[in-house]
Amino acid sequence: MLQLNPGVIIWTAITFGLLLVLLRATAWKPILKALDDREGNIRKSIERAEEAKREAERLLEENRKSRNEAEERAQQLIREAKELSEKVRSEAVSKAQVDANRLLDKARSEIERDKQQALEQLHGVVAELAVKAAEKILKESMDNAKQKKLVEGFLSTMEKN
Amino acid sequence: MIFGFITNLIAGTMANGSVRAVSDTVHASASHGESGSSGNWIIEHVADSHTLDFSPFGKIVLPHFAPIHLAGLTINMSLTKHVVMLWIVGVILFVVMKIAASSYKRSLIPGKFASAVEMLIIFVRDEIVIAAIGEKGRKFLPYFLTLFFFILFSNLFGMVPYASTPTGNINVTASLAIIAFLVIQISGIMQYGLGGYFKGLVPPGIPAFVIPVMVIVEVLGLFTKPFALCVRLFANMIAGHIVIFSLIGLIFIFGTIFIAPISIGFALFIDLLELLVATIQAYIFTMLTALFVGMAVHQEH
Repeated sequence: MLQLNPGVIIWTAITFGLLLVLLRATAWKPILKALDDREGNIRKSIERAEEAKREAERLLEENRKSRNEAEERAQQLIREAKELSEKVRSEAVSKAQVDANRLLDKARSEIERDKQQALEQLHGVVAELAVKAAEKILKESMDNAKQKKLVEGFLSTMEKN
Repeated sequence: MIFGFITNLIAGTMANGSVRAVSDTVHASASHGESGSSGNWIIEHVADSHTLDFSPFGKIVLPHFAPIHLAGLTINMSLTKHVVMLWIVGVILFVVMKIAASSYKRSLIPGKFASAVEMLIIFVRDEIVIAAIGEKGRKFLPYFLTLFFFILFSNLFGMVPYASTPTGNINVTASLAIIAFLVIQISGIMQYGLGGYFKGLVPPGIPAFVIPVMVIVEVLGLFTKPFALCVRLFANMIAGHIVIFSLIGLIFIFGTIFIAPISIGFALFIDLLELLVATIQAYIFTMLTALFVGMAVHQEH
């Protein structure tokens, strides 16, 4: 049982060596390569997934930021529009006020002028009338007293105006 | 292919059962004037021989070659039972691995069979070789994978009826240990150079007067490690078989059928234990070899 047999030792070595060479070529190399490939694939897939996730997160963050920005901008626009409309309205109101005032002033001054003109015309007409009245009186050779009374009476009506 | 050269089939007595064969051997040894409890028939069953015993179907006598005389050493290259078993194991291993490898040609996703083989390959790669040697170990992978599966299949092959365990022969384990020894030394020499490797065997920083002792211890250690590998595997594999044979032999020593249930029960238990031991011993041989290669490659530790 324990006796040494160099023949068996050599046969074992030959068998083992042959098996090593054969298996190395036909089994270990393809299998180990397949395992490495698969592990590489898995590692790459995980890395790719990780990267895609990071990218998605980045896009999401970007989206959120741009949405926030848009919202802010919209708010600002609304605010600006409101301010503008307020300004326009107040401007319009004040302008209308000013216009109305000016129109009023103009109307007043026109009325004043017309009145002045009318008075001046009236004075002219009165003087003419007075002259005509004097001629009439003279033509009709009225007495002094009557004449005087007539003129005074006429003048007094004039002054009332 | 293996049996092609075997033509001299000698028919045995066809009527005998295999159990009968064992009882014959026991009676034969008893009639030789030895006691009934002699273990010679067990030794005959586990020891190497030049015939393949397929009783009751017959025996195959293996061809004898003339011994070669080389440098005062007589080398008998005649085929023996265990050599043939080695070849059968080799062919089975080759076919199994070929089938597994062909699964990877179709796709990177292995089939059921390839997955089972792959589990063991990954175990050897990650838990044994890379764990013991590191990334440098990848170039030793073909050797360690062959070693592991060769020992595993050889160990398990002993469980097959009519087959015997090649690793239960000390010459076979000695051969594996010699190869392991060479791999360990060559890996160390390739890493550090011839001088550097042997200088590195003695740990640095020890007193000068201890160095001669350390040199002897370390050099002895180089040889005792593979020797231990050899004896451990051989003894573990042969022990289980001897226990099983002994348990079966109890039936014939007591000479009564009533002992059979106990014997068979215990033998079955030992058989299952053998399955465990076969796997564990393949793991231990590979693990320790990887560890020694790791120590040779990383002398700083």
